[in-house]
Amino acid sequence: MTWEPVIGLEVHAQLKTKTKIFCGCPTEFGMAPNEQICPVCIGMPGVLPVLNKQAVEFGIRAGLALNCHIAEECHFDRKNYFYPDLPKGYQISQYEHPICENGYLQIGDNKIRITRAHLEEDAGKLVHAGAAGLHGSDYSLADYNRSSMPLLEIVSEPDIRSAEEAAQYLTELRGILRYIEVCDGNLEEGSFRCDANVSLRKLGTTEFGTRAEIKNMNSFQAVRNAIRSEIERQSDLLDRGERVVQETRLWNEGDRKTHPMRSKEHAHDYRYFPEPDLMPLAIGRDWVTAVEQTLPELPVQRRKRYMESNKLSAEDANTLTESKDLSDFFDCVLALGTPAIEAANWLKGPTQAYLKENTLEFTQTKLTAENLHALCAAVASGKLGSTAAKPLIVELLKDGGDVENLIQSRGLGQVSDQGAIRVLVEEVIARSASQLQEYQSGKVKLRQYFFGEVMKSAKGKANPAVINQTLDELLPAVES
Amino acid sequence: MITVEDIQHVAKLARLSLTADESQRFTEQLSRIMDYFGELNQIDTTGVEPMSHPIPVVNVMRDDVVIGSLGREVLMENAPLKEGAFFKVPRIGE
Repeated sequence: MTWEPVIGLEVHAQLKTKTKIFCGCPTEFGMAPNEQICPVCIGMPGVLPVLNKQAVEFGIRAGLALNCHIAEECHFDRKNYFYPDLPKGYQISQYEHPICENGYLQIGDNKIRITRAHLEEDAGKLVHAGAAGLHGSDYSLADYNRSSMPLLEIVSEPDIRSAEEAAQYLTELRGILRYIEVCDGNLEEGSFRCDANVSLRKLGTTEFGTRAEIKNMNSFQAVRNAIRSEIERQSDLLDRGERVVQETRLWNEGDRKTHPMRSKEHAHDYRYFPEPDLMPLAIGRDWVTAVEQTLPELPVQRRKRYMESNKLSAEDANTLTESKDLSDFFDCVLALGTPAIEAANWLKGPTQAYLKENTLEFTQTKLTAENLHALCAAVASGKLGSTAAKPLIVELLKDGGDVENLIQSRGLGQVSDQGAIRVLVEEVIARSASQLQEYQSGKVKLRQYFFGEVMKSAKGKANPAVINQTLDELLPAVES
Repeated sequence: MITVEDIQHVAKLARLSLTADESQRFTEQLSRIMDYFGELNQIDTTGVEPMSHPIPVVNVMRDDVVIGSLGREVLMENAPLKEGAFFKVPRIGE
């Protein structure tokens, strides 16, 4: 039987505000336990939440970038459940009336619809005593630094059809949130978290199968692997005529499988009701328009510009727009008048390899737009050979410096002097009598030998075009 | 109609343990409350927008400005159990 995967994603994006969503506690990552808490976010009796205006504005900003409708009116609700990471016994969230609705993201040829995006507060973090984890622990330790951090939960429709497409959607979503500077998108630190609803149905049918919710995926690779493994698990079950149970499953990086979550504590009986401690929001269209005017160019628009105005391939445009930092840099290089394709070639191949090798972000390099411009210009003018330019770009990434000076001091300058090259060619011909004879009698492939020898004596710095030109001139004609 | 089972279910969600007497009493009381809502439901509200708050005030927000902390020591003073810098809570697993 051929099964079609039906996947919907829920993303929790932590908004980059300075303070929590309902109190003035700071939002820094990595503080000592319970260092950024106050009576409001640890749920002391009698305290009142007050909504952070910046969190609302970031919600509007994200909604606009995700092609959503921004609600004219909305309010917050209480989601009630009892768990020690939730000091009030309820989470303030938005249930009936989210701030953003009906958006979409274009992924390749598919439009992935976004059902809604709503504002809510995060829960605290629990540390379970002992190595056995939750179920072996006699007690747990609670750190409420994360309690009440502002989140935007972004829920897609089940429009995704493969693990790869899920990863693409997440990459695009994260890219957008980073471009518009509302979220760090850091999966390791948990500022961008993803759960996946996965079900299968017979190919060609429209009815949904029973779904499992997958949690605990901490990287794009984990998302890909977890969804793939879950699709395999469900299709094995269905092939055997068994049924999929609706449940929450956790991805385990160790055995690379999903496992049912044992805890029955999260009974899905949340008894939502409007949060009486917060006044409703009436989002004026003037506010929405004002936010809209501050939206930067989005990745999809940049890719289009790079492909249309700068004639880059789709693949190169993708690579360059993956991070806003890299793309901003590329724009600076373009502004200096550097040819786009040359600049793009240096930024994808050698630069990406360098970043990967040293696990660095682009902003951690010393490369400047001026240097990349100078490098491209030196190669274009023939002053620098492309072989010699490769180690130079690494040096510019690592230590920076002045391109002209480096070419001089490293002796990297390409020799284009026709007289000097002619001397080298003559030398090689003079000491290669037998090769010359073979060449002359028809073994034309030996031309490469001569070229190579000349380049070798020039220590790789001779201008290839000048060598070829000189060889044309000095090699005898081939007897036919 | 509110049943004793409803009361016991809600009590479980709220981590309350009720005696049989209490369950019975709360079933009667909550039934009366629900009956009252039944009465309210008979009022014709055609053309009245649902409201989530009784006071007609919207957009109460604060600026994104950090407020200094009272300090962990003070904030944890009332914690019944703690360990180091953490609040300590009883075992969660069943």
